[in-house]
Amino acid sequence: MKNIKFLLAFSSLALTMFAMQGSAIAQQANDPKFNKMMKDGFRADGIAGLDRIDQDATQKFCSDPVFASSKQGEKMREKIQKINMDGIKQPSDGKYIGDWKKGEAIAQSGRGATWTDKADTPVGGGCYNCHQIDPKEISYGNIGPSLTGYGKLRGYSQEVVTYTWNRINNSKAYNACSNMPRFAHFKLLNEQQIQDVMALLLDPASPVNQ
Amino acid sequence: MQHKLTLGLASGVLAALLTVSSSVLAQKSATDDIAKYREMIADGNPSELYEAAGEDLWKKPAGPKNATLEKCDLGLGPGVVKGAAAQLPRYFKDTNKVQDLESRLMTCMQVLQGRDPQEMIDAPFQKGPKKDMEAIVAYVVTLSKGDKIKVSTNHPKEKEMYELGKRAFFFQGGPMDFSCASCHAEDGKRIRLQDLPNITTQKGAALGWGYWPAYRVSSGQFWTMQQRLNDCFRQQRFPFPIYGSDLTIALSMYMAKNANGGTVETPGLKR
Repeated sequence: MKNIKFLLAFSSLALTMFAMQGSAIAQQANDPKFNKMMKDGFRADGIAGLDRIDQDATQKFCSDPVFASSKQGEKMREKIQKINMDGIKQPSDGKYIGDWKKGEAIAQSGRGATWTDKADTPVGGGCYNCHQIDPKEISYGNIGPSLTGYGKLRGYSQEVVTYTWNRINNSKAYNACSNMPRFAHFKLLNEQQIQDVMALLLDPASPVNQ
Repeated sequence: MQHKLTLGLASGVLAALLTVSSSVLAQKSATDDIAKYREMIADGNPSELYEAAGEDLWKKPAGPKNATLEKCDLGLGPGVVKGAAAQLPRYFKDTNKVQDLESRLMTCMQVLQGRDPQEMIDAPFQKGPKKDMEAIVAYVVTLSKGDKIKVSTNHPKEKEMYELGKRAFFFQGGPMDFSCASCHAEDGKRIRLQDLPNITTQKGAALGWGYWPAYRVSSGQFWTMQQRLNDCFRQQRFPFPIYGSDLTIALSMYMAKNANGGTVETPGLKR
């Protein structure tokens, strides 16, 4: 932990140095032609407004994977992770673990947030799209790691609980360009839903941990 | 159905082993079933119905000018349909633009038949003028079936389009931070049981680009490449991509060029 703080403290200084130094690999240049193509390429439809292609710093950084994964991109990676870590809120009621059965339903649903959805369509976690979770569910994706046996393998310590909470809230706090959506940052899941998904992974009674 | 089979399994090492092996089996069989289904209807892909309708539309006078599309130049000269789709997108001198099949067909409909492209752009998929477009696309792509994908980036505008498409492929946005690359830039990945081609490689790009447009069994519809891209963006949680926009053509250019050397298998047959 001390190590991380040390790195974070240094990241802004190092970033300034990097910016002054310049580099062979830099974040791809702003291209007016590309910007125009993107702007002219979309129209708003229902809940999917044009603001969705206004990139934040994380999205911009991760849209250039060559730079983002390079040595030169390291300081920026750390900065992006810090921005995302700083936005994470711990549960307001101090409760981390909800109802695993509700969590399973959230993990199963990949619905919501498209232009064919209504503003009040509940957004699913879509967890099975990318992760193996309950071993009984055989229809799972593999973009993310298997989460079967999650608590059983890692234990149920407060450290594991807090890490998992943070990771579901905002995965980019640990890996700037993680493929996982930032569920709390973009309000895809609310606090209670995240508590329920937490239970699916970390309730000893959850089928994940049998 | 299949996942109920494993519900009753007891705990322990044996159960874990069984679960793993049964899920592997089930995944294999899902892919096998699709392969079997493809084989079964290989001689009767429902796309043929669209294709036949498309041929009629190609040869039937229509639009304010009451003309056919038979003189449409898809890149190999006026009226040459055979093999044309295998070399699209490409640069066209008359429009001074890189065009994919659908945007080029809109040009032909406008120039030859006097039809307003905006009506086509605004129409929902599978309805009205788009329905005609889908049939014509089925007709055109069938006449490239078995050809090698051969897309050029020799013209500076083609090269530029490819680079713009590459950048668009990696562009992240929306409330889930997705780009095309989130799902299509690594080998061996799946969403649920759906295999995802790695479009950054020749092999993966050929698997993706080479099989679309396709008849989609799950929706019972023939989908053009524009509709395929449109639904990708929907699932990416992006706003609605405009039909025939440079954005969609650039992405097609990126995919098609990466797929060069692969075989045109269109119209494909998809889940």
